[in-house]
Amino acid sequence: MDRRQAIKWLGAAVAAAAVTESVLGAPKEPGALSIEGSGKIIGTDPVLNKQYVAGELWSLTLTPTQRIAAIALIDLILPPDDPANDKLASQLGVQDFIDEWISAPYVNCAADKPVITEGLDWIDAESAKRFQKKFTELAEVQKCQIADDICGKTPVKKEFKAYQNFFGRFRSLAAGGYYTTPQGMKDVGYVGNRPTLNFDGPTPEALKHLGLA
Amino acid sequence: MLVGVYGSNEGLENTPDSPNGTLLPPPKARAGELYVKKHIAKFGLPVIPIHRAVLSTRQDHVNFPKRLHPNNAKAQRILAEAMQARAACFWATDCGRGCSIKANYQSTTVHLPPALATGNLDILCNAHAREVTVGSDGKANGVIYIDKVTGQERAVKGRAVILAASSGETARILLNSKSNRFPSGVANSSGLVGKYIMDTVGASLGGSVPAFENLPVHNEEGAGTHVYIPWWLYKEASKLGFARGYHIEFGTGRRMPSLGTGGASPGYGKSYKEEVRQKYGAGIGFAGRGEMIPNKDSFCELDPTVKDKWGISVLRFNWKWSDHELKQAAHMQQTFHMIIEAIGGKPGNVSRTKEEAIASPGAIIHEVGGGIMGPDQRTSVTNQWNQCWDVPNLLLNDGSAFCSNADKNPTLTIMALAWRASDHLIEEMRKGNI
Repeated sequence: MDRRQAIKWLGAAVAAAAVTESVLGAPKEPGALSIEGSGKIIGTDPVLNKQYVAGELWSLTLTPTQRIAAIALIDLILPPDDPANDKLASQLGVQDFIDEWISAPYVNCAADKPVITEGLDWIDAESAKRFQKKFTELAEVQKCQIADDICGKTPVKKEFKAYQNFFGRFRSLAAGGYYTTPQGMKDVGYVGNRPTLNFDGPTPEALKHLGLA
Repeated sequence: MLVGVYGSNEGLENTPDSPNGTLLPPPKARAGELYVKKHIAKFGLPVIPIHRAVLSTRQDHVNFPKRLHPNNAKAQRILAEAMQARAACFWATDCGRGCSIKANYQSTTVHLPPALATGNLDILCNAHAREVTVGSDGKANGVIYIDKVTGQERAVKGRAVILAASSGETARILLNSKSNRFPSGVANSSGLVGKYIMDTVGASLGGSVPAFENLPVHNEEGAGTHVYIPWWLYKEASKLGFARGYHIEFGTGRRMPSLGTGGASPGYGKSYKEEVRQKYGAGIGFAGRGEMIPNKDSFCELDPTVKDKWGISVLRFNWKWSDHELKQAAHMQQTFHMIIEAIGGKPGNVSRTKEEAIASPGAIIHEVGGGIMGPDQRTSVTNQWNQCWDVPNLLLNDGSAFCSNADKNPTLTIMALAWRASDHLIEEMRKGNI
C-alpha cells in the first residue's frame, strides 16, 4: 500500500465524519487528523495528487523483525476463505498500512505506535519462551495458543492483560486495512460503489429477510 | 429547479412543499430504512424522502431555463447548456469527495465553470480579504486583500460588494473594516455585527440491530441520505419543556467498509471473519439536527491581541446554549434510544447529562448569524434584501443574515436568499439606486 492510499483512508475517515460516519455510529477510529492539543503544528497537508513513496512524509516504524511478526499475525487473524484463489491479507499489503498508520504523527496514530511495536516484540519473545522459535516459525496450533491467551474471546489471564489491548488494536487496524481492499470488500459482502443507471433499492430477498415483503 | 433537488412533497406542516415540477424523484429507501419506518409508525414518527441536491434524473433543460429566466434568452441559453453538461447520478462514489459528473450540486463544478465561460467572472485565487473599503460618499467601493502567494496587499474595486465568506469570516471582515465613518467596523452602527451567531443543535446515538444481520447481499450505496424523519411534535410543543424542534437523519446499510469495519468482533481467524460478515451492515446511527434560538451570549468579536500570519485580527467566540437547546438534545437521544429498542436493537449509552448530549457549538458546521436581517437599522445589520442598512451596496449573501436557524440544513436556503438578493441588487442598479 502506498502513501497515497493511506492518505485516502485518512481522508475517508475524516470526510465521512460529516454525516455518514456519525450517523452510522461507526467505531470512533476517525479523529486521527486532529492535531495534538499542545499547539504543536504537524505540518501542512500533502499534495493529494502527487504519488508519495512510503516513508517520504514521515519515516516508517517497523523493524524487519517486527514486520515479519506482523505478517504472521495478520494472516492468522484474516485467513483466506478460498486459499486457492484469494490472496493472503499480507499479500495485499495490510502490514504496510499498519506501519504507515503507527508512523503518522496524528494523535490516534501516535497512541497506537508503542502498543503495536511493543506487542510485536512481546509476541516474538513469548514464542521463544514457549517454543524456542519466532512467532512466524510456529505451527498454526502454536500460534493459536498464544493468540487465544490475548484475543479476549475467553477471559484473559492477569499476566496477559497488558497484551489484550495490543491484540485488539492490531486486529482493528488489520481488519480496517483488509476490508478496504477489493478482496476484503468482496469478502464482507460489499457490492456498492458500482456505477448503475438506476438505484434499485432492496432486493425481494432482503425485504423478505426483514419481514417487509 | 436551478440546482436540482430530489425529494417529495408530503403536505406536512413545518416541511413545506416545493412548487410543482421542481423536485426530482427521490431514490428508493434502503431495507433498514423501510424497517425503521414500519416499526416507528406507531409513535407517529414519519419517515419520508429527504431533500438533497443530487440529480436523480437529469434536469429539464428545455423548460426549466424558461421558467427561471423568462424573457432573457441569454440566461436561458447559458442555463440550458449548464444543465445539459450535468449527468444523472450513477449511484457510486462518495458525494462528499466531489462529483465529476456534476450530479451532486457543487458551485465549483456546476455553476462556476459556465459563469467563467461567459467572460463576466474573474476568480482571484489565494486572495485573503482583509477589509471592505468605503468611499467618501459612504458607499462600499472595493475590497483590500492579501495575495497569499506574494504576501502583498492588493485591492479590487466594484460598484457593489457582496460578502459571502461564511458567516464567521464575513463578520471578521466587517469588524476589521474600520474607518472614521465606521469606527467599530463597517455596517456596524447597530453594534450587532458578530452578534446572535448560531449553529444547529446536534446529538447522536447509534446501536446494533440483530434483524439486519446476514441481510442478503445487495447494493445499498445509493446517494448518501435517502430518507429522514421531519419534526413531528409541533402539536405537542407546549408539553416538551423546550421550544422549537428538530429532524432526524439516520443511516443503515451495507455501506463502503472503512477503518472501523470488523473492529468490534472478538477472536480471530475463520470464526472472526464469519462474525464480521454477520455483523457487517447491522449497525444503525441516528443524528438529530435542531433549531437553535439566537441569544445575546453567543457572539464573536475581534480578539484584542491575536492576529493571523498576515497581521489581521482574528475572531474570538463566546457561546452559551439556552435550556431550550440542551433539553432538545437530550430529547433527541431519548427518541433515538426508543427507536433502536423498537426495532429490536441494542442502543449505545445515552449521555449522562444534557450538556454531554449536545454536540459542541460549531461542530455541526451550520454557522449562521452575525449580520442578522431585520426590519430596523437599530436592531439588525441587513434589510430584507441582505443589504447592509448602513451601506446599501454592501450585501451579506452567506448565512450571516440569518436571524433564526431552523432545523433544516442551511445551504439551500442560503443559496435561495442569495439569488433573491442578487436579483434585487441588479434591479436597484438598473434603477440607478446603486
